[in-house]
Amino acid sequence: MAEEENMVKVYIIDREGVKHELDAPTDMSMNIMEVCKAYELPVEGRCGGMAMCATCQCYLESDTELVEQSDSELDMLDEAFFVEDNSRLGCQIPITNEIDGVILRLAPEGN
Amino acid sequence: MSLNILKNNSYFCTNKISVKNMIETDIIIIGAGPVGLFTVFEAGLLKLKCHLIDSLPQPGGQLTEIYPKKPIYDIPGYPTVGAGELITNLMAQIKPFSPGFTLGESAVSIDEVEDDKFIVTTNKGTQHKAAVVIIAGGLGVFEPRKPPVENLEIFEDKGVEYIIKDPEFYRGKKVVVAGGGDSALDWSIFLIENKIVSELSLVHRRNSFRGHLDSVQKIMDLADEGKINLITEAEVTGILGSDVVEGVTIKHKTQGEFIKACDHFVPLFGLKPSLGPIGSWGLEIEKNAIKVDTEAYTTNRPGIYAIGDVNVYPGKLKLILCGFHEGTIAVQSAFARIHPDKKNVLKYTTVNGVNGF
Repeated sequence: MAEEENMVKVYIIDREGVKHELDAPTDMSMNIMEVCKAYELPVEGRCGGMAMCATCQCYLESDTELVEQSDSELDMLDEAFFVEDNSRLGCQIPITNEIDGVILRLAPEGN
Repeated sequence: MSLNILKNNSYFCTNKISVKNMIETDIIIIGAGPVGLFTVFEAGLLKLKCHLIDSLPQPGGQLTEIYPKKPIYDIPGYPTVGAGELITNLMAQIKPFSPGFTLGESAVSIDEVEDDKFIVTTNKGTQHKAAVVIIAGGLGVFEPRKPPVENLEIFEDKGVEYIIKDPEFYRGKKVVVAGGGDSALDWSIFLIENKIVSELSLVHRRNSFRGHLDSVQKIMDLADEGKINLITEAEVTGILGSDVVEGVTIKHKTQGEFIKACDHFVPLFGLKPSLGPIGSWGLEIEKNAIKVDTEAYTTNRPGIYAIGDVNVYPGKLKLILCGFHEGTIAVQSAFARIHPDKKNVLKYTTVNGVNGF
């Protein structure tokens, strides 16, 4: 769990299976995709976070409760590749206290 | 949106010129997104003519192709402006300078020729000649999104198509369409309602569609009537055939794999931008972008500039407004290259107005 105020721990498993522990701020209106890019993880985020490319797709592997998926996210996942039941778009997951400790695995490239 | 631009703006023309006719201009702009378009204006103030090339069938780049209805909040002077509206405004702003357009074609090569000029050739063989090339390619050429299907690329042009150019091509054939968006729905409906194909199967990973309600309802109706094979909760996983497509393997979520015989597989999953040919023009590429010198946004090839999202330099921000600035600076340098004997004096539009061609 995070020790500092306004920071949460986010765990990202990259495409080689390596688990990265990231410290993410809750007071900068950031999302998972932006945090990954800030840490230079291989997340393209081609559309900039508009739920229009699926390059930030990840799989939820902890039982963290995330915000409900919006229609935009569902529309994009409908057309994406490598989608599983636990797929989410990283750009649509805001960094909040509620997601402290979340574990997400990056989806394969190719979207 | 794109069709409106084509129909309503009479000044706008698509150049369908045969290979024999070289298009000559002062500046060739590769990419007709917002940054490429605004560059026409700044070049026009210096009395430099421009011709734009874009792989999309309409100008506007990402704004028209991906997010025409999205509001943009960081264009100076506009608390909010719709992406499509911004393009309409830019087209109006550059109208006095009568830019030429080669649309629906992608630039594939930039060759140096005599007189320190360049010839830019497109994938359809259209040639353009100018002393200056400004690359405003954004995130790159828009290409079809290809699903992760085994052997897919081997069968391109042998039964695998990513866009339907002429529906007649499929007359009497068995076609498998994959995708869940409007493109897949509308083409499936078209090919069946116009009795073109002998059989149509629509494969989608989910059992519901998120396209336009009318299209979704139509597909359901056609499936109920037995006119379309609707294969949901499934994905095409491979292509079969000794030379051309003879079938596809389809994996169902719960019912295993099976083979569907067909003559064509048409995956319709939209477009995505890709650096493409830009990466093979002898330019310095870093993180899928062209390295430039910020004095004039020049590349390592004199006479070739890169502006907007396609370039990279320390401190670069991929913002439209930054691209606008970069294009303005680049054309000053272009002027010096085209008219080495003249000295340009900055003229303000408030003093001189806009003198079109």
